[in-house]
Amino acid sequence: MKSVIFNGVGGQGVILASKVLMEVAMKNGYDVKESEVHGMAQRGGSVECNVRFGEKVYSPLIQKGKADFIVSFELLESMRKTDYLNDDTVLLVNREQINPAPVEIGVMEYPSDIEEWLEKNVKNVKILDTKDALIGAGTKKALNIVMLGSLSKYLEFELSDWEDAIKGLVKEQFVEQNIKAFNLGRALV
Amino acid sequence: MTSKVMLGNEAIARGAWEAGCHVAAGYPGTPSTEILETIAADYRDIKAQWSPNEKVALEVAAGASIAGARSLSTMKHVGLNVAADPLFTFSYTGVNGGFVIINADDPGAWSSQNEQDNRHYARAAKLPMLEPSSPAEAREFTKKAFEISEKFDRTVIVRITTRIAHSQGIVELGDRENVPVKDFVRDPKKYVMIPAHARPKHKKIEEQQAEIMDYSCTSGLNRIEWGGKKRGIITNGIAYQYVKEVCPDDSVLKIGMVWPLPEKLINEFAAGVEELYVVEELDPFIEDYVKAMGYEVKGKDIIPLCGELTPEIVDEALNGNKTVKAVPEYAGDLPGRPPGLCKGCPHAFVFDVIKKLDLNVNGDIGCYTLGVLPPYSAMHTQGCMGASIGMHLGMEKAHGPEMAAKSVAVIGDSTFIHSGITPLIDLVYNKGTGTVIIMDNRTTAMTGHQENPATGKTLMGEETFELDLEAICKAVGVKRVRVIDPKDKDELEKVLSEEISTREPSVIITKRKCILKR
Repeated sequence: MKSVIFNGVGGQGVILASKVLMEVAMKNGYDVKESEVHGMAQRGGSVECNVRFGEKVYSPLIQKGKADFIVSFELLESMRKTDYLNDDTVLLVNREQINPAPVEIGVMEYPSDIEEWLEKNVKNVKILDTKDALIGAGTKKALNIVMLGSLSKYLEFELSDWEDAIKGLVKEQFVEQNIKAFNLGRALV
Repeated sequence: MTSKVMLGNEAIARGAWEAGCHVAAGYPGTPSTEILETIAADYRDIKAQWSPNEKVALEVAAGASIAGARSLSTMKHVGLNVAADPLFTFSYTGVNGGFVIINADDPGAWSSQNEQDNRHYARAAKLPMLEPSSPAEAREFTKKAFEISEKFDRTVIVRITTRIAHSQGIVELGDRENVPVKDFVRDPKKYVMIPAHARPKHKKIEEQQAEIMDYSCTSGLNRIEWGGKKRGIITNGIAYQYVKEVCPDDSVLKIGMVWPLPEKLINEFAAGVEELYVVEELDPFIEDYVKAMGYEVKGKDIIPLCGELTPEIVDEALNGNKTVKAVPEYAGDLPGRPPGLCKGCPHAFVFDVIKKLDLNVNGDIGCYTLGVLPPYSAMHTQGCMGASIGMHLGMEKAHGPEMAAKSVAVIGDSTFIHSGITPLIDLVYNKGTGTVIIMDNRTTAMTGHQENPATGKTLMGEETFELDLEAICKAVGVKRVRVIDPKDKDELEKVLSEEISTREPSVIITKRKCILKR
């Protein structure tokens, strides 16, 4: 059984990333479940998906302390999931910062020590600079697939399964771009 | 058999299609919206529509059912409050074509104003209620619900929660059953609920409860999964999955039909285990029932009544396992990321002006409810769809017209059509002098841009008559109706100042398309 949390900010494509992983897991014969947060999250709020796959999956929600992977699309967002870490959890974090409303309107500051804190306290953390990968892919919108590419390095699935799943879920004109993004992400770790 | 990864709501749409459903009507509301959107996109054999509100949607589906079609009505938990009137009486009439209501509760209030537990509606309206535990069951139970509806001549409610509606899983796909639309048969004793017809109907449905309870015990929807005999856990919905996850060795009575509850099965289960537990989200619905049967059970004394359950809550309550933290607490302040109005949102212009004028704001349900948060902090009451206008009048009744002169009601286009028109009639009829702003962004934005009667398009994408909000306001007797573009904030301020100080009812329609809508 593997439990993966994807999280980020509304509009970053968290749900699509989890869908691709689910397709790949299903194709490999696993039972798979996912849980996502909709609604209010669409207006710039935090977005999160839990994906679990294995022989038989009951709960779509991951229990605290039991995530195998946490993939955070934004730096601050990674800090909201620390309860789900254990000593073996791999935490992949996109270095990008997106100011939340309280920072935008000037009542709070974006914490400056997050990277330092993560490096100090989280055993298996990888803070990824995705800028070049996104330039390489030719679109910032492919961040979700770049992060998925990084995650794929830790999973057993064949490259062709990932490509098939991307082809099945992304609009035809963006497939090539996304596969490029996936490979660039895979090379980041 | 083919299978597919599906969202719970997509699985329900699929189940309805496979069951041969002909007509579907609902009103958007998280977490129920995707059901009808999926039908409109993928299962166009079903005539699907957004109605102006849930009451109308339920009545349209009831009419289609009585006319002989298999019918579906979908809504969120608070939507069923709006539709409660027809719900209770169509419980008496029964159906002709199968009639299924999908009701989506929101434990945790992820995108709702309360956490009500709608299992109580099944008991109160005496209707069979099913509750799936996964997307796969969502499809299966929706199909089953049509079968039960026709078998017992009753409306059937399928209750889901956010964690079923918005979770994905592998769903097996079947073919569409070919169900012809039956003939409408005139039968006033069945379909016209004058007191003389209602009294015997009530008696009949009470007598029928025993028969449905029997079905509840034997249909397989409720089932015992024997494990260790020390602990027996009765559970339903998503909580079943958490129980299976953290207590894999205990015996479980899985409740898939939450009303009527299966007394014989409960007796059998209770006799087979040493200790009885009930793990359920929100109210002690099953627990109270089992206690009334005379059993001692552990339930809400260890499982929280408020909020969503999670695997760790159940693990701690049943096994005493506490989450071990792998990292220390972060010492600094982490800014939250609350949802907010988008950059360039037309509602934001209106709130800027209202804030400047420092008015009391009676708010309503939609994106604009976010006006309560900084930087606007410009909303002071809000409760349910359409409440803003009636509350606005009530405040004036409490303090006189001076109150109306420093207050405003704000309501969106879809919400106004949903349930804002009748209170506007009241405001005029009972001599209010208040000002109502209809924030017309040309869509139902909060739930994801659904069409409504003022957009001129149907759910199925057809062109239709475009409701004229200005003409409606005038027709109910508001003489001062002004339509302006809120982007011109100076003009809005001028108009709003004039209207609040005028001692007669007025409506300002701030018309500008949602910034996210192409």
